[in-house]
Amino acid sequence: MSVVLEHVGLRVGNDAVIDDVSLAFERGTMNVLLGPTLSGKTTLMRLMAGLDRPSTGRILVDGEDVAHVPVRRRSVAMVYQQFVNYPSLSVYENIASPLRVAGVGRAEIESRVAEAARVLRLEPFLRRLPAELSGGQQQRTAIARALVKRAALVLLDEPLANLDYKLREELREELPRLFAESGAILVYATTEPSEALLLGGRTATLWQGRVTQEGETPSLYRDPGNVDAARVFSDPPLNELPVVVAGGRARRSDGTPLPEAMIPSLPDGSYRIGFRVEHASVVEQDDVAASQGDVFPGTVSVTEISGSESFVHIDVGFAVWVCLVLGVHDWRPGARAAVSVDRDGIFVFAPDGSRLQPSVVRRLPHAATG
Amino acid sequence: MATITLDGIGHAYPSRDPGEARRYALKPVHHVWRQGRAYALLGPSGCGKTTLLNIISGLVTPSDGRLLFDGQDMTHVSTERRNIAQVFQFPVIYDTMTVRENLLFPLRNRGVAKAAAGARVQEIATLLDLVPVLDRRARGLTADAKQKISLGRGLVRSDVSAVLFDEPLTVIDPALKWELRSKLKAVHEALDMLMIYVTHDQVEAMTFADEVVVMNDGRVLQIGTPTELFERPAHAFVGYFIGSPGMNFLPAVLQGDSARVADAVFPLGMRYATRSGTIRLGFRPDYATVTTGGEGVPVAVRRIEDLGRRRLARVALGGHELVATLPPGTTLDGATARLHVTPQHLHVYVDDERIDGDTSGGAA
Amino acid sequence: MEKAINNRAWFFVLPVLVFVLFSSLVPLMTVINYSVQDTMGQNNFFFNGIAWFQNLLDPTTDIGGRFAAALVRNLLFSFVVLLIELPLGVGAALCIPRHGWKVGATLVLIALPLLIPYNVVGTIWQIFARADIGLLGYVLTHLGIAYNDTQDPTSAWATILVMDVWHWTGMVALLAYAGLKSIPDAFYQAARIDGAGRWSVFRNIELPKLQKVLVIAVLLRFMGSFMIYTEPSIVTGGGPGESTSFLSLDLVKIALGQVDLGNGAAMSLVYNLITLTICWVFFTVMTQLDRRKDV
Repeated sequence: MSVVLEHVGLRVGNDAVIDDVSLAFERGTMNVLLGPTLSGKTTLMRLMAGLDRPSTGRILVDGEDVAHVPVRRRSVAMVYQQFVNYPSLSVYENIASPLRVAGVGRAEIESRVAEAARVLRLEPFLRRLPAELSGGQQQRTAIARALVKRAALVLLDEPLANLDYKLREELREELPRLFAESGAILVYATTEPSEALLLGGRTATLWQGRVTQEGETPSLYRDPGNVDAARVFSDPPLNELPVVVAGGRARRSDGTPLPEAMIPSLPDGSYRIGFRVEHASVVEQDDVAASQGDVFPGTVSVTEISGSESFVHIDVGFAVWVCLVLGVHDWRPGARAAVSVDRDGIFVFAPDGSRLQPSVVRRLPHAATG
Repeated sequence: MATITLDGIGHAYPSRDPGEARRYALKPVHHVWRQGRAYALLGPSGCGKTTLLNIISGLVTPSDGRLLFDGQDMTHVSTERRNIAQVFQFPVIYDTMTVRENLLFPLRNRGVAKAAAGARVQEIATLLDLVPVLDRRARGLTADAKQKISLGRGLVRSDVSAVLFDEPLTVIDPALKWELRSKLKAVHEALDMLMIYVTHDQVEAMTFADEVVVMNDGRVLQIGTPTELFERPAHAFVGYFIGSPGMNFLPAVLQGDSARVADAVFPLGMRYATRSGTIRLGFRPDYATVTTGGEGVPVAVRRIEDLGRRRLARVALGGHELVATLPPGTTLDGATARLHVTPQHLHVYVDDERIDGDTSGGAA
Repeated sequence: MEKAINNRAWFFVLPVLVFVLFSSLVPLMTVINYSVQDTMGQNNFFFNGIAWFQNLLDPTTDIGGRFAAALVRNLLFSFVVLLIELPLGVGAALCIPRHGWKVGATLVLIALPLLIPYNVVGTIWQIFARADIGLLGYVLTHLGIAYNDTQDPTSAWATILVMDVWHWTGMVALLAYAGLKSIPDAFYQAARIDGAGRWSVFRNIELPKLQKVLVIAVLLRFMGSFMIYTEPSIVTGGGPGESTSFLSLDLVKIALGQVDLGNGAAMSLVYNLITLTICWVFFTVMTQLDRRKDV
């Protein structure tokens, strides 16, 4: 099966909730919709499921327009952010419910529920009611229900967002593999770039109802095509700086010149540069003078520590930038420190937001500037 | 302002049949929480962290032990007389009042003089960036502003012994979380108060706290700084829970200053006495590297995960799956590779408890 | 959000449309029909314009005077009912236990009067209040209180008020209880920590959180009391004199007693319009107030 969205749009009143989205999904693939809250992920999924009808464009399943096929005739399963189960049915009956609706035989139901319960480790809880389960178990029940249905299109709308941190990490590992054997089209909506990267497959970044970029997940991360895609695919947020280039010299908007050769030579005009945390490192105050390269002194505002990584937020006067330090490092708020920017990690965006590809921006030799 | 002492504090629910041992929601714990420090209670849901918080706030009377504030027994004192402040999971604000009235409320109830109260509210509002909305009705504000009001109401009283936080960032938009985290951090730096923060999120715990109390299944497993928890997890659960992904554990046999896992030998750099019990070798994916050649233990490569900032290799050693870091620029050709972990990052766990080796013996 | 439209859905709405047509629209049309016609008997009707309405709304006419007096009586009654039942209901709700077997027992006790049919309530109170054999009337009379609900207008009013309070306060209490139950524990904990007293908790937490429920209670009790018929018709029959003759009682007298169809129809339409208007005003003002406070 294949699902193709052709210039799909949805207007509510005067607002374009979905704006000219074209995407194609092939059987047996993992597809991530990555975007912040209200960027249109859920709406797009509702359109794909047939719960809403697009105002413009077409949705093709195996080449045929499905606008008039009602939801219950489509082979679709959906898992929501909230744990949606039938409260009065046992876990077993919850998982079996789509099969009962479809009129599947008794023996078949039993074996399929048993199989789903096994892979989702729900076997001990089959007789319980959803209210007697933990959040993780409730969501696994909802996922099992989607799994037994063997739908050709499985829509997962931030399924792990309401779960504990560690549980999220584990289920994230398992989910794609659970559905991999079924050959279904998996569509997974998330707000977290790290989740998209872990799931792999293909990713489409969404921003204000538009697909800003689409492609293989890791290459999309490394090679954002525009500033919106780069922002959506950066957590912690993309570090940004508007710059003005005049006479071959790049300055901040207040006129302060940037370090020489920090950014490539560009025609005169306004630009925006962006770089991710992994291309920003912290320099101790004492080492600032000695350090070479592109260093911006500032004050630490907070350090977020995940264990494996620490993110140091540094107020450099004209912006708060975030730097990555591996392992646990607690820079105290108020400490003086500087941000050192790795030139190779700098993206340059034109005023319209599009990214200037590295092949276009030619790096000048050091001596040529200034 | 106070020091809080947990003197064998524990809580068990009475068991239904008399023969059965009591089920502890919180196993007895001894600890001292010091004035001016920030602590986090970290663990999965049902680990007992909320029970412990409720014991401190006075909503639950512990079945075992005593709770001391500055040496004074508070075990049976009611919530309102404990002088604690609490910020809840969901913003608790008084709908009909303005932000200023909300902040004044605890002071008015305690009969603080008008001028002093006004000045204090101004001070706290400045600290929390609430000055521009002081005269707005609290109800119409965003979730993060409301949560700041909840926090502010706790902080206006200068006599509080401790400020308790019960997963206060649950309803905050992910994009705004770091801002509120930095606000909390700033508050902690600015005010000399004892703060206790309950969360299931390791990032929140380690970002906020000077010391993190890791709990699981009603037990306190380790109390330490974020660095200690990451570098030397005292319990296997701490290794698993802190860091993402968590620690790798492999069943091992101790052989003096090395450990054998399946056919592979890991030098430990320290001598360990032979122990009874289940012995496992633990090390973090962050400190384990996989390369094509060179030294290290041969492993089978299962899968590479490209996480953008870093790449992880899922490899197998003698049937056990584990995770390691793939250094930048490395490409793995073929199904096997070499796993390397420096001895200082290898930890030995006996029945899930970390044990120390003997450094002097290791040299011999 | 726009949903995919399934045209068959309209089939399911049809029975409701038919039901509404026969239960409301047809009778309403009949009433409107009568309100603009007059008759000389023998089923000879002729168009009368808005004469019935002009008459009705002019207090100097006989019918207009009756209508105005009954309307004032009704408004006063509803006002007093709301004044007593709302605070009493909220007060009762605050006293209902929150946990254990007592919850169920108390709720059943409170709901009991609500389960009794209106005419039975009327009959109970009619006998209860009788000065000769009724417990209430007998006791009051023997205590030296001049009480007689068939002769003394004050006694009659008091009886009907107390009866309504007895009958309906339970409903307000149940609504308020449901509202109180939905307040998260964290609010009470926070108030304790903030050192708030019982009154302060009520004033700053419970009352604001009950606001939405109380709007519904006010609406229901206003409509209920404004349209009251069965109980006073049995207990006092509108008397003594005209003292408890509410709009509904008067309407029945005119339309069915005197078979004055034109006046009756005009009166019932105006009555209906007044109820609708007052409810609409209540609702709009209360929800508007709610919204304005957020700014």
